[in-house]
Amino acid sequence: MTQFLPESVLAWLPDAIQLLYLVATAFFIRGIKLLNSPATARKGNQLAAIGMLIGMVVTLFDKHIVSFELIVAGLVIGGLVGAVAAKKVAMTAMPEMVAIFNGFGGAASALVAWGEFARTPDVTSFDTTGLITIGLSIFIGALTFTGSFIAFGKLKGFISGGAITFPGLNIINIGSMIAMLVLIGIFAFDPTNMTIFWIIMGVSLLIGVTSVIPIGGADMPVVISLLNSYSGIAASMAGFVLQNNLLIVSGALVGAAGLILTNIMCKAMNRSLTNVIFGSFGGDGAGGGSGAGGDKTVRETSAEDLAIQIAYASKVVIVPGYGLAVAQAQHVVKEVAAKLESRGVQVKYGIHPVAGRMPGHMNVLLAEADVPYDQLKDMDEINPEFASTDVVLIIGANDVVNPLAKTDPGGPIYGMPILNVDEAKRTIVFKRSLSVGYAGIDNPLFYAEKNQMFFGDAKKSLQALNEALNDV
Amino acid sequence: MSALIFSLFIFVLASFIGFELIAKVPPTLHTPLMSGANAISGITIVGALIVAGSTGSEFGKWIGFVAIIFATINVVGGFMVTDRMLEMFKKKEDDK
Repeated sequence: MTQFLPESVLAWLPDAIQLLYLVATAFFIRGIKLLNSPATARKGNQLAAIGMLIGMVVTLFDKHIVSFELIVAGLVIGGLVGAVAAKKVAMTAMPEMVAIFNGFGGAASALVAWGEFARTPDVTSFDTTGLITIGLSIFIGALTFTGSFIAFGKLKGFISGGAITFPGLNIINIGSMIAMLVLIGIFAFDPTNMTIFWIIMGVSLLIGVTSVIPIGGADMPVVISLLNSYSGIAASMAGFVLQNNLLIVSGALVGAAGLILTNIMCKAMNRSLTNVIFGSFGGDGAGGGSGAGGDKTVRETSAEDLAIQIAYASKVVIVPGYGLAVAQAQHVVKEVAAKLESRGVQVKYGIHPVAGRMPGHMNVLLAEADVPYDQLKDMDEINPEFASTDVVLIIGANDVVNPLAKTDPGGPIYGMPILNVDEAKRTIVFKRSLSVGYAGIDNPLFYAEKNQMFFGDAKKSLQALNEALNDV
Repeated sequence: MSALIFSLFIFVLASFIGFELIAKVPPTLHTPLMSGANAISGITIVGALIVAGSTGSEFGKWIGFVAIIFATINVVGGFMVTDRMLEMFKKKEDDK
């Protein structure tokens, strides 16, 4: 676009571009800052989007850019696909959507490094740093790409959610990552050797597959969050290749964001990151049945019986979990809650940090169902309230209310912060069966004196309850 | 100071800003944050624009073209879907 500008403007153009990049960066930082509060979050996201627009438009004035056919075509195609996907996706499928977007982001960074390498006629003109960062961009970007798509497959159920692994896989993974660093070193020495280049590309793509496939479906949110961090680092590395500060800074911001989030999620599950990555934990009911055995009786309840219990309660807390989201029962929950409130019953929602399929996912799903924002209580807010609660409705949640987290020091979830529902006068568990949760362990809450089970599909059960409430 | 060291400076400082900014986000907003941050990581589109629009081999430019498509999906989709989520949150605030 520079050809349209007068000489006098061209002289200060490079500096102007850098200054506008700085403005874009400020928009990103301010945007993330505003994402701190629900009241300003939307504005924050919009500011970040404006920052992105500034960055893109300014780049078009870069003196290196001489042709626009491919640029326009790429923007139109990508923009259409992205917009349609964003409009159509169901809120419950948000984890898959983020996984895919993330995969594309990682792939783009790898392609940028590859493209920069491929379009340069004499590759020996790159210095060592340039070549190393090209190698790293391709490595991180490519593994983010395949890793994200494996995570997507696991969430969608194309690939078994279980931990697919075999002895020695971890060693192979660590070994191939070390080998990768060595290969990038060799590549930096001799960039003309295309065999090395293709091996780096191929093995990086493979590592993405082999490092995500042994991780259980339940841990996918952690993996996506980590891959999100990787895609930021990949963008940053591409920035090193192109010596572009905007890429370096924004990529680093996202890299840090992903790491913090990953850490928060691990803490909420009482797992360390190494344990998630190498532990091959969870999945399709693997794991021992600690606490199982012995004759345990379960008390069952019916829609009619439960309707009476909650209609005459003074305070009801609803604990929603992943099962609620799967059954698409958010709207029925909201209807039940509205009926209770019209009878003067106080209704609150207790949200565990990892409820849903990624942190904060449950809040989004309930917001979509028009549940008032101030009724949603975080774990720390709701836990002191259980002692004064008459009935707790636990819908599609399991591990996050499992008392073994407090009582069984040898158990896999010991130490995980849970919702103390057992302090309430009565708990009702909505569940299909007595099967174990992600952690693969039995839940003594089901057999507790104060607990009643309401067996069946969460949505159908709630619909029955909703009907029954009309007759109370 | 070489260009590399200068870039490293920026990289490390930006990482620290990222840690500070994000550590304070309440759990409620973690999903929108993840998807919003993911959209920002699409900044690699700037690199894609340069590669696709510059001189050099045709092959390299076509790689840049694919990079633009992928990065644009990430950017446009990411910001729009985050906005969709946050729009619902905001409505609740108004109701109160």
